[in-house]
Amino acid sequence: MLGLSPAEWTAIELSLRIAIVATACALPFGIAIGWVLARKEFWGKTVLDGIVYLPLVLPPVVTGYLLLISFGRRGPIGAFLADYFGIVFSFRWTGAALSCGVMGFPLMVRPIRLALEAIDRRLEDAAATLGANRALVFLTVTLPLALPGVIAGVVLCFARALGEFGATITFVSNIPGETQTISAAIYTLLQVPDGDAAAARLVLIAIVIAFAALIASEWFARRAGMRFRGE
Amino acid sequence: MIVLAVDVEKRLGTFVLAARFEAAAGVTALFGPSGSGKTTIVNMIAGLLTPDRGTIRFGDVVLFDNAAGINVPPHRRGIGYVFQEGRLFPHLSVRQNLDYGRRMSGHPHDAAQFERVVALLDIGSLLDRRPRLLSGGERQRVAIGRALLMRPRLLLLDEPLASLDSRHKREILPYLMRLRDDSGVPMVYVSHTAAELRRIATKVVRLEAGSVVAIGGLELLNDADAYGPE
Repeated sequence: MLGLSPAEWTAIELSLRIAIVATACALPFGIAIGWVLARKEFWGKTVLDGIVYLPLVLPPVVTGYLLLISFGRRGPIGAFLADYFGIVFSFRWTGAALSCGVMGFPLMVRPIRLALEAIDRRLEDAAATLGANRALVFLTVTLPLALPGVIAGVVLCFARALGEFGATITFVSNIPGETQTISAAIYTLLQVPDGDAAAARLVLIAIVIAFAALIASEWFARRAGMRFRGE
Repeated sequence: MIVLAVDVEKRLGTFVLAARFEAAAGVTALFGPSGSGKTTIVNMIAGLLTPDRGTIRFGDVVLFDNAAGINVPPHRRGIGYVFQEGRLFPHLSVRQNLDYGRRMSGHPHDAAQFERVVALLDIGSLLDRRPRLLSGGERQRVAIGRALLMRPRLLLLDEPLASLDSRHKREILPYLMRLRDDSGVPMVYVSHTAAELRRIATKVVRLEAGSVVAIGGLELLNDADAYGPE
């Protein structure tokens, strides 16, 4: 199909699956952490803030290495999850999703936090006087009002996850059919003498996917914005 | 008959509020200059602000009693609140705003009641609009309707006309008077404008610098016109 080899299709499918799973799994945490950072004052907030943004400033290889020693088979968290829940990250696509999620997380949290900070808290008070408990206030007022920020966070995280390379290859290596994403496949093709043409095709596909994601996000953001402007 | 009994103390920075008054059926006005603690009091009645000490009772129900450790959260007080700035939800249509209280408290839809309130406030033509596209007066009418449709036991109105120009003030007042005469819901009405209260209030609680200085009838409005222009 489209002149692509099965191996290339696998890389595309894997990239999308990893990016989608990474973004979907990061979202609840992103909203929770964004809310805590926007609304709560507590001892150690600066530390939490720092940890959240660390993957943004650390070299990706370092983040990948830290994931390897903590979530690898012999890492404390990895061993615990494997022994008690049967969840294995090392050299699996799930590990790639984990590293992509971690790398995209700061980009997701920031717009969500800013959107939550910008909300008029008096609207939440109004909702409470109308009989909404705290959970309902959050679901019917806070979250819908923060929706543009949530969409922005999802898009940025997805984009980062789609293009992630350094942390992923360090953590789960570059295994065709399991952890070899489009980026990793391009990198591999460029290492072999006659891989240029195949690499160029994947580059083109990466551009197409990126554009499609941008257009989709623009559409969602516009729809969300329209609801406030009353159109 | 006493419906609401308030006896509260609250310190906010250097401002100290200590107020004790009772409200009966009809419209109890909290009257005083800006900064006299009127909004602080209604926020405490609504449960949005916690008093340092004291009690708030509604009929036989204790809403707040610090000695007994009682503090009913705002969503279970059943008290409607019309805010100075309306505070309509910008992401919901007028209809959804009006319906919000009923949905949150899980009451069944009551089309007759909805129609009654919509007719009382003349907002039938606005139902499918977004709050952003309403005029100040329309917004405030919708805010009143939203508070009414949650079927409140008590209605708090905090300077509901203050954000409107005088034309829109004249537009809203007749609705509020109809509400007072037809709905039977007791109201606590905050204002610093004597002329407005003369038309709507049935009882006046005068506040100055966080204290109640007088409780009585409309005659309390006469010597205090200096609180602010209409």
